[in-house]
Amino acid sequence: MAVGLFHYLVVAALLVTLGIFGIFLNRKNVIVILMSIELILLGANLNLVAFSAALQDLVGQVFVMFSLTVAAAEAAIGLAIVVVYYRNRGSIEVEDVNLMKG
Amino acid sequence: MIAAIFFYVFAAILLGSAAAVVTARNPVHSVLFLILAFFNASALFLIAGAEFLAMILVIVYVGAVAVLFLFVVMMLDINFEQLRSGFQRYLPVGLAVVAVLVVELATVLAGWKFAPQAAAVRFLPEAASIPNTAQLGQVLYTDFVFLFQAAGLILLVAMIGAIVLTLRPHNRARRQNIAEQIARDPAEALALMDIPSRTGVAALGIRRPLEKGAAPGPAEETHAGGHP
Repeated sequence: MAVGLFHYLVVAALLVTLGIFGIFLNRKNVIVILMSIELILLGANLNLVAFSAALQDLVGQVFVMFSLTVAAAEAAIGLAIVVVYYRNRGSIEVEDVNLMKG
Repeated sequence: MIAAIFFYVFAAILLGSAAAVVTARNPVHSVLFLILAFFNASALFLIAGAEFLAMILVIVYVGAVAVLFLFVVMMLDINFEQLRSGFQRYLPVGLAVVAVLVVELATVLAGWKFAPQAAAVRFLPEAASIPNTAQLGQVLYTDFVFLFQAAGLILLVAMIGAIVLTLRPHNRARRQNIAEQIARDPAEALALMDIPSRTGVAALGIRRPLEKGAAPGPAEETHAGGHP
């Protein structure tokens, strides 16, 4: 492998950092928060693939497949909740989500 | 060498588009940058040798998840300018958290090393002679079959959950009411009429079905119930 494991780890770390930065920056917009979570999961997947390639061990790639499944399910459910919430309240501001007084 | 150049190009575009996702003014642009980020991540997967996952990333993320985001962003009529009003206010907190995180991750990246027995405890050592996709297929349906089925179950639950959450019965739809159809009896449904001779049915006017529970009007000289 011409590109070392370290390069991948740096890229993945920056990706996760950007995702968390996005969650803090777009605190009102649920859709962008969900996109930031996708970025974080992408960073995690990048780490798994990088280690899988560095160790020549296939199990990391199998893990990526399962985490992709969970990420897809999470996005679908999250967006469904956003749609239902918008239908009920006419807004998707996170700060308005206080029906349960949690 | 070529691989390194391509790695840097794709990594730079990936990080740039990820930054654009979180800072874009318009959420539609955010989604489009997310798609660009997924494509570049898939290229990084390819450089690492995970060909099957690269294709899966394009199909699942770009083809399904990103398009789902696009649907939702475009379907909801939201004032996005108002949603961004706290942008400046949240910036310092976000930058502080990111700074802490970067320091932590840099510490981890600078200090870690493989355990000496790491190569010996590999679970599925990759064989160079078999293509990546074939190898994944060989283990996915044998060693990981239960996890594979659990993943399918997760997707099924997510699908059912999304449908249950968003489905709303709309009243305009004409549905079959099976109970009503079976409980129908001839006394309510049939009417025998005396048709005056030489005038035809035109003299009676147009007959309409009785409304449920409505009393027969004066014009309706029915024999309802008379002929069981």
